[in-house]
Amino acid sequence: MKNTFIGAPIERREDLRFVRGRGQYVDDLAPAGLLHAVILRSSVAHGRLHGVDASAALQIPGVRGVIAAKDMGERPPIIPMRLQPLPDFKPYEQPVIAADKVRYVGEPVAVVLADSAAIGEDALEAISVDIEPLPPVTDLAGAAAGASLLFEPTGTNIALKFRAERGDAAAAFKDAPYRRRERFKVQRHYGLTMEPRGLLAEWDAAVGILRVFGAAKVPFFNRRILAGQIGLPETAIDMVENDVGGGFGARGEFYPEDFLIPFAARHIGRPVKWIEDRRENLMTMNHAREAEVDVEIACTRDGKILGLRGNAYTDMGAYMRTNGAVGSRNIAQFMSGPYRIENIDIDTTLFMTNKTPVGTYRGPGRFETDFFRERLLDLVAKDLRLDPIEFRRRNLVADAEMPYRLATITPFESKDELDSGDYAATLDRCLAEIGWNEKRKLQGRLIDGRYHGLALGCFIEGGAAGPKETAKVALNDDATFTVSMGSSAVGQGVETVFAQIAADALEVPLDRIREVLHGSTAYLTEGYGAYHSRSVVMGGSALLDAVEKFRAALRAEAGKRLGCTAEGVKIGDDKVKGVDGRALPLKDFAGIAAEGFFLNKKHTWTYGAHAAHVTVDAKTGRVEILDYVAVEDVGRIINPLTLKGQVIGSLVQGLGGAFLEHLVYDEHGQLLTGSLMDYLLPTASDFPNLRSFATDQKPSPINPLGAKGAGEGGMIAAGGVMANAVANALADFGVEPRELPLSPPRVWEMINAARQTKQAAE
Amino acid sequence: MATRFEVNGKAVEVAVEPRLTLADCLRHVLRLTGTHVGCEHGVCGACTVLLDGEAVRACLLLAVQAEGRSITTIEGLSSDEDLTPLQKSFRKHHALQCGFCTPGMITTAHALLSEEPDCDADRVREVLSGNLCRCTGYISIVEAVLDARSAYRKDGAGEPKQSRSRERDRVGAHGASRDDGREPR
Amino acid sequence: MKLPAFDYACPTTLAEAVTLLAAHEDAKVLAGGQSLVPMLAFRVTAPSLLVDLGRLSGLKDIRIGDDGVRLGALVRWRDILDNAGLARAHPLLVAAVHHVAHYQIRNRGTVGGSIAHADPAAEMPGIVTACDAEIAVTGKAGTRVIPAAEFFVSALTTALAPDEIITEIHFPAWPAARRFGFEEFALRRGDFAIAAAAVFYDHNAAGRAINAHVGVIGVGDRPARIAAAEAVLNGAKVDADTIARAAAATSAAVTPQDDIHASAAYRRSLVGTMVERALLAATT
Repeated sequence: MKNTFIGAPIERREDLRFVRGRGQYVDDLAPAGLLHAVILRSSVAHGRLHGVDASAALQIPGVRGVIAAKDMGERPPIIPMRLQPLPDFKPYEQPVIAADKVRYVGEPVAVVLADSAAIGEDALEAISVDIEPLPPVTDLAGAAAGASLLFEPTGTNIALKFRAERGDAAAAFKDAPYRRRERFKVQRHYGLTMEPRGLLAEWDAAVGILRVFGAAKVPFFNRRILAGQIGLPETAIDMVENDVGGGFGARGEFYPEDFLIPFAARHIGRPVKWIEDRRENLMTMNHAREAEVDVEIACTRDGKILGLRGNAYTDMGAYMRTNGAVGSRNIAQFMSGPYRIENIDIDTTLFMTNKTPVGTYRGPGRFETDFFRERLLDLVAKDLRLDPIEFRRRNLVADAEMPYRLATITPFESKDELDSGDYAATLDRCLAEIGWNEKRKLQGRLIDGRYHGLALGCFIEGGAAGPKETAKVALNDDATFTVSMGSSAVGQGVETVFAQIAADALEVPLDRIREVLHGSTAYLTEGYGAYHSRSVVMGGSALLDAVEKFRAALRAEAGKRLGCTAEGVKIGDDKVKGVDGRALPLKDFAGIAAEGFFLNKKHTWTYGAHAAHVTVDAKTGRVEILDYVAVEDVGRIINPLTLKGQVIGSLVQGLGGAFLEHLVYDEHGQLLTGSLMDYLLPTASDFPNLRSFATDQKPSPINPLGAKGAGEGGMIAAGGVMANAVANALADFGVEPRELPLSPPRVWEMINAARQTKQAAE
Repeated sequence: MATRFEVNGKAVEVAVEPRLTLADCLRHVLRLTGTHVGCEHGVCGACTVLLDGEAVRACLLLAVQAEGRSITTIEGLSSDEDLTPLQKSFRKHHALQCGFCTPGMITTAHALLSEEPDCDADRVREVLSGNLCRCTGYISIVEAVLDARSAYRKDGAGEPKQSRSRERDRVGAHGASRDDGREPR
Repeated sequence: MKLPAFDYACPTTLAEAVTLLAAHEDAKVLAGGQSLVPMLAFRVTAPSLLVDLGRLSGLKDIRIGDDGVRLGALVRWRDILDNAGLARAHPLLVAAVHHVAHYQIRNRGTVGGSIAHADPAAEMPGIVTACDAEIAVTGKAGTRVIPAAEFFVSALTTALAPDEIITEIHFPAWPAARRFGFEEFALRRGDFAIAAAAVFYDHNAAGRAINAHVGVIGVGDRPARIAAAEAVLNGAKVDADTIARAAAATSAAVTPQDDIHASAAYRRSLVGTMVERALLAATT
């Protein structure tokens, strides 16, 4: 294997179509006879659904049909969980359409099929829905009280408790010389994608094939669910991945529409397209992050962490969606982060509420816990008069301790261990890059009306979820190669990085990788997809295996034709040579193909540190980032250009969560931030001063590439670092943020409250 | 309503309902799907096109309002032969990931650089703050636009700027030629 | 988020436009469309007819004269920013427009549209109010001039009759020596203001402030002038103490509401800070 392209900043091949507007997203498709689906959604957060009357809507010219639960047999299908499918969650899984109850504003109630989306929307106003309102549960307290139940048969609004345990926390706390207990909160926000979701389904009755365009992230898994729900063999369903305008964990999971649109196409016998609009996207795509913790730490007086215990409470929204439990589970497991904490006992309780169901958003549970933990560490350092950097350094897991076991999660017994890393090295690099020793002199100082603050935080980022990924390499008759991947593209540039890996493994120039096919179910018999920063590690390792098998097949065939053993065959970049020096052109072997796979039960652990220098305008509450440095070690770097894109892109998402993004509900369960004027995404002028540095000191020992998942680390530390920087800037006031986002009004209110407390004390 | 206007240098006539936005008209009537629709309420900028050379949000314009006007879309700022200097700069700086906001970024940046080829980073950030990107974090986009300035300076040493009127007409041909950009070679 | 169905007319004369409006009770005027079309997309309004002013001539001029600045109703934000003369003829207006929305919106949005829309957090209603501008409108009954102070009734509600169209905004003459400042706080660049202040005053022979105007937006259901702050300024030397008192008077005078973006208490404090900073800018 060569090392020509891996590690080089190769410009992306995807860009050639994207910069010319020639990408093809699902809404760009328009087959003949197309009907448009528009979904009638509950406007009530909690209620009994007594009936849907669409007779008036059906009179509107251009309306071709209206589908409701009654059209789906006895009971509409239920969407099973993809990750952590515990029996306890079963009662809380979502039906594809509301049948007898509605449980959040935005839940599908009926599907209108019309000649245009505009006519479909006209028809929504003509459908009458009979809902008997029930008291909505809109927060954790309401869910805990249980006076109103989302799922009456279970008798509770608590779906489950996860527990993370390691060592003996009770004993560690019993004799601890120092303890501190704190409450923190992260707000509901989500992995908004610029392209809203969309699906186009065609039922080809003549051959009995259902084609579903708009598949993303996990097409093979979704095909399995759909096949079961709709009563077709998996082989009768083609999931087609078009260009996908962003994933971030949210897009591509199996949503109600993933059943409703294929069902509608089959029901009406015409192609049906549904394109989510932005208002729907805000109220129906998986929400994320809403969590509170009550956590306690025990330390020695010189700053050795002895234990961590407490409770986390997560707001799951109305249903347990496919990956809805991941964030809650991770909150329990990752509270310790990169630190050596021998004794842990953390419970996470999952509460059901009448809000949009949650799922994963990039760095699920990790963004939240980094905020909780790094805030707690700074508070402890202040109490114990320790340098916050030295306090962290002293407790970071050391290289020599790898692999290092994390707390074990129950139920769903899940053990995990950190694979490799020199955590102190990225901490030191981060300090050096930001110029910590010089800048720290500004800590807390008021200069020209702005308070200066600096902070640093450490993180780990899991990646490379198993169990498996697949790849295929085929030789074309022009001596180029076609690579097919079981992984999916969500915008991260997999065509380019897999071409780099394939070219180096095949020892051919990059342009000989003619195409990299991915995502769609037609290319391979199985595939696993794009989540948990797994594509490069899992897909790339499967690709190496496919290349190895391809070369073995090529040697065997060439040996036959050249009259020598397979071992005697030498593969050049456009010729194949036998032992006697005879050579055949590579293209003569067109048609040889091989499939490979990679199995994995462990995870890779990218790690690093972030540091930032901010100013706070105490009169407006505005925080400005003067400098932000992100350092992470990602094991083997495949493409530094796309890696940097992942880091800065996810960092800005993290800063969005730290400062701007907030899904706000009122007490009736109505979403108040239903437009992009109210749900505030970062823009080009918000965070101009960000720098990232990637290192490759510690290749992962658990995969042949030595690569680690690196798509999420940029955002994980952002909330904690920003909150600590604000606390340090406002140390004079005694401001200690315990809740995100740090919007200007909230920062101002913290200052105001601190002032009033101070005045009352004086 | 019958509406006549020019798209990428070619005269078109469409029969549309007054309620159809220019964005939907371009995408679904004229099949120029490079103009993307990300919010339909004038915030995200993905649908930015040029109206008589000025950047506008196509989701906030009715197709019937385009009567007699000249529209340029991302297709009109592209050619089969090669990427434009601005497009090359986006690629070089990895100023895109999923590609969904990219056409709007490029049309906006093209309008800006055509009028203000000497704009500074703050001006680029100000102008692009009307275009949302969820993937890149914007830093690389700003770098790409700044790096492309030389191509728009009339007296500068940069490559000549793309003239709208000389662009190949692509109206109606989009569906058939979508794979043009796929070739890595 | 497709628009509801409506009819569309694109008259070429003002009289024709007024006639159309008068004949259709729920017709709406379409100028730049930058506020109206999003409202249509959310279906919070569903007029039977849109009367597009885009082809009316004579409403797109910026005229600078001895009696001040006259903006045709269809003058766009970019026309203001592109007009070199306005920087001298009305620098406060130009300073405010630098905060209006984004690049693409500035190529379409119009001053008349913004005033007719009457968003309490928008810059243009704030500037016309702060500057005692006059708004000329034409309807079936003829033409009348409405002082800014009487134009804005409440959020998204104005003194315009359903058949009336704004034709011109007249700003009184701006003395070259006038001191002014505009400060705005928005959560992101280009967003509607959480609060903003437009201030100006002239100096008398003794170097004291006279003719003080303090206008604010974002802290009530319409833009407002703050008489209490103006009283602090008039006759005073504009120093740190005066500025602090004017800011405090502003905070005390406004009655903002809580909303999802900011509490009333925050807006109240913030608007004082905006006045303070605008006055500081005015003195330097």
